[in-house]
Amino acid sequence: MKAKVHVFLKPGVLDVQGKAVEGALNGLSTVQGWASVSHVRVGKVLEFDVAATTADEAKAQVKDMCDKLLANTVIESYTVEVA
Amino acid sequence: MSFKAAVLVFPGSNCDRDCKVAVERSTGGHVDMVWHQDTALPAGLDLIVVPGGFSYGDYLRCGAMASLSPVMAEVVKAAERGVNVIGICNGFQILCESGLLPGALMRNNTLKYICKPIELKVENHNTAFTQGYKPGQSVWMTQGNADGNFVADADTLNAIEGNGQVVFRYVENPNGSANDIAGLMNTRGNVLGMMPHPDRAFEAELGSDDGATLFKSLLNSALTAA
Amino acid sequence: MTTTTAPKPKSMADYAAEFGLKPDEYQVILDRLGREPNYVELGVFSVMWSEHCSYKSSRLHLKKFPVTGDRVICGPGENAGVIDIDDGQACIFKMESHNHPSYIEPYQGAATGVGGIMRDVFTMGARPVALLNALRFGEPDHPKTKRIVEGVVAGIGGYGNCVGVPTVAGETNFHSGYNGNVLVNAMCVGLADADKIFYSAAPEPGLPVVYFGSKTGRDGIHGATMSSAEFTEDSEEKRPTVQVGDPFAEKLLIEATLELMATGAVAAIQDMGAAGLTSSSVEMAGKGGLGITLDLDKVPQREENMSAYEMMLSESQERMLAILKPGREADGYRVFEKWGLDAAVIGETNTSGRIILTHKGEVVCDLPLAPLSDDAPLYDRPWVEPKCEPELKLADIPAPANLNDALLAMISSPDMSSKRWLWEQYDRHVMADTLADSSTGHDAGMVRVHGTKKALAVTSDCTPRYVLANPYEGGKQAVAEAWRNLTAVGADPIAITDNLNFGSPEKPETMGQIVRAIDGMAEACRELVFPVVSGNVSLYNETNGVSIPPTPTVGAVGLLKDYDQRAGYNSLKAGQVLLLIGATVGEMGSSIYLREVHGIEAGAPPKVNLKAEKRNGDFVRDLIKTKAVTAVHDLSDGGLVIAALEMGLASKVGVELKNPSGLEDHVFAFAEDQARYLVGVEDASAHALLARAAEAGVPAQVVGLATGADLIYAGLSLSLSSIKAAHEAWLPAYMGAPT
Repeated sequence: MKAKVHVFLKPGVLDVQGKAVEGALNGLSTVQGWASVSHVRVGKVLEFDVAATTADEAKAQVKDMCDKLLANTVIESYTVEVA
Repeated sequence: MSFKAAVLVFPGSNCDRDCKVAVERSTGGHVDMVWHQDTALPAGLDLIVVPGGFSYGDYLRCGAMASLSPVMAEVVKAAERGVNVIGICNGFQILCESGLLPGALMRNNTLKYICKPIELKVENHNTAFTQGYKPGQSVWMTQGNADGNFVADADTLNAIEGNGQVVFRYVENPNGSANDIAGLMNTRGNVLGMMPHPDRAFEAELGSDDGATLFKSLLNSALTAA
Repeated sequence: MTTTTAPKPKSMADYAAEFGLKPDEYQVILDRLGREPNYVELGVFSVMWSEHCSYKSSRLHLKKFPVTGDRVICGPGENAGVIDIDDGQACIFKMESHNHPSYIEPYQGAATGVGGIMRDVFTMGARPVALLNALRFGEPDHPKTKRIVEGVVAGIGGYGNCVGVPTVAGETNFHSGYNGNVLVNAMCVGLADADKIFYSAAPEPGLPVVYFGSKTGRDGIHGATMSSAEFTEDSEEKRPTVQVGDPFAEKLLIEATLELMATGAVAAIQDMGAAGLTSSSVEMAGKGGLGITLDLDKVPQREENMSAYEMMLSESQERMLAILKPGREADGYRVFEKWGLDAAVIGETNTSGRIILTHKGEVVCDLPLAPLSDDAPLYDRPWVEPKCEPELKLADIPAPANLNDALLAMISSPDMSSKRWLWEQYDRHVMADTLADSSTGHDAGMVRVHGTKKALAVTSDCTPRYVLANPYEGGKQAVAEAWRNLTAVGADPIAITDNLNFGSPEKPETMGQIVRAIDGMAEACRELVFPVVSGNVSLYNETNGVSIPPTPTVGAVGLLKDYDQRAGYNSLKAGQVLLLIGATVGEMGSSIYLREVHGIEAGAPPKVNLKAEKRNGDFVRDLIKTKAVTAVHDLSDGGLVIAALEMGLASKVGVELKNPSGLEDHVFAFAEDQARYLVGVEDASAHALLARAAEAGVPAQVVGLATGADLIYAGLSLSLSSIKAAHEAWLPAYMGAPT
């Protein structure tokens, strides 16, 4: 089964990358002719195949992977899609 | 004449002063600091230095945000006019992102930041940057980066090698860089990017003064041209 | 679970307990206010009276430290200590712990520790020029250790490298005593003009209070009170929102702060560290004998619906509070805009003697400032003389089965093995003034004072196993070793910063360790003329009631007036004779030899004779200054043979040692007697040097020769290459690095 995991910093945790990207985008907006942006968040997407028979089993496994490895649950949250 | 150089300053640059001091002490020349939002460069430059550091925190991709800043548009124009440009470390990454140099710099294959003195071989000494070195000379400089692993597709690499664009090669590859490339230039030979720091190797007490030769080479090139 | 019962409404006394205030402390608040504090006010009291901010358990004993001297410009009490380094220049430095946050989230904990200590230094007007760190991890086999090492090292590197300040020195230990409570102590050293030092006291009423830097979020609320309470298993679950460090923001903040200071607009300034806006505003107004009003609606906020309590206690990073001179706001805004920083005038100084906070049009806090500092609790905690390890009889020290195997076991042990894997992740060369760092073969880091022939020498030292075995002697030793390390590179030792890491002061045995270690340190500081100019106390370093080994880390700074007169252990040359400076009686208690070869952690630690320490050190420094020697190494962990092989490895030359002492071979080889150095001299000048030592009353003897490519001593014979392989292998293998 194909799993897709999005990992983002939890709401309320300072996203230093998002802040810098937002500053750069807005700093360049005049020169480049872009609209201004806000609330930029930078996260990670992971895609992989998981050898499970049912979607529920796959999802449970991937969630466990997230809790133990893929996300640092002290500061990050995640969503899991399985198809 | 007096040698005239400019060092760019981006938010997060941290080798800007090192570059200024290295150029001044190696060449006796004059160095202006140029802010990233400036839309003009000083007139009559012999050299533009894109310094190391963590422009924009290295967030998103190293050098990506800096490459779009107003001053870089001027650097591209100056390079087209033939002004010598050197990008060191983060400056190399910025030059690749801006299209002045081919390829890209990826995460080191050790997945770690690596700071250590490193031995380089001068692969091409017929350049404005390296004419002071002997052919094939072994030189020591320190490096400090997490993303110094040069990559390019096979055709690009073949072209780089065929054109003699490789200027410095690692003697022992520290990071997985393709063809052990530590520094390379554009086809015209006036834009050099390198990961190791000549700006930290300009006096013997710093461990090596091999970097001073690079800046002295540029001084001599300028004198010859003038 | 769906069963819910309405929670019993909590009283302010309940909240006080929750915030870590003792009942009698809460009673003092009631008495002084003549009323019950509200929630925000209680929060302000709890952080100001926390161990972290008030030093309530240690203040009484910290007074024993000498804090003045010819070169001391500013001692403890400000953000960092300031010393005079001649020519109108000053060096500003401090060390601080970030132990608890680094255990919970190693990367961010260590990163924000580095960020915080840098702010303490540039807040006073200095450009940071060197970083150091002292790390104590749990035993390697503990399931958490490897992940914590990985995170802490990456965090220190990730922050310091990005900001662009070289990390030049440090120390790392592994011991089961730190399994549940690692220590991450970070030190920053900066340079400033002596007549442009900035202080925190508000100078006059009617001045604008400016907030600048990153926005305020709900990060790390109650970090200060957390670092003042011991760990239990479930505190790992009760994680407050972890502070996230943004080194990019810090870099901008440094440049903006120094640029703002250069405009002449700053009247007073303070960074927002632990307890954030609370401690910075209270201290600035309180030290100035003034009052302050803040309009919290003006505080730049990252999250929505933040309460006054959350804003006052947030520990969001990379923030500063400045008081500007009248009418200078425009200078500020120009600088802040250039560097892309959030900024706002959030208040004003006045003569009220109170801190008054308004939020959404209401006064949410109105407290007199005096009680926050003057009435802060001060405890004379009961203590007992700590248990000390007995002297060992030399006859009882077992010889090793094989000297070769013993040596290899020692140098490949976690504490003694090369830490290359760590420090290669730290930028040690940025700023292009590094003369000596962890890789170069020197007993201290050295950076040039930019543009001069002067250099600063810096080191961080503590031998926790000595302090555990005898807190008084161990305390003396920590100071003496720092002094010796500076001496061994040719620097004049000037002053120290202390970072006192201990368990709970509420336990008389632990309090005894604190008291006696401070006694020992203070004595060494006095004898060696080595005042304490700044420091940090980290108590309650315990897990489930078990205290860490007492670890009073000493960060020290010395000055080289001309760095051409410097020494290292990397410059030994073939043909040179090795002289041992200092006496060897055979101190084997609590030695590396006993621990790593025989598994014995016992015995009185080496005694520190401060008179001998000073005499021998002054002699060696004089040799360096007169260029009589350049190859110098101090003797510490592992003794003579370890020092000699370190010299050989760094200098790429073999060493043949002999034992002229009359002591047994393993004792002379591995004894850890203090006040000793190895120096390399040309054969022809050895005689004159021995005569010079005799004249100065300094014990000195020839113990070996630099030659070949092997280490040879008594029955020991190993090639340098095999020693190097063993020395370099352990840490990368442990961390799973490719070889």
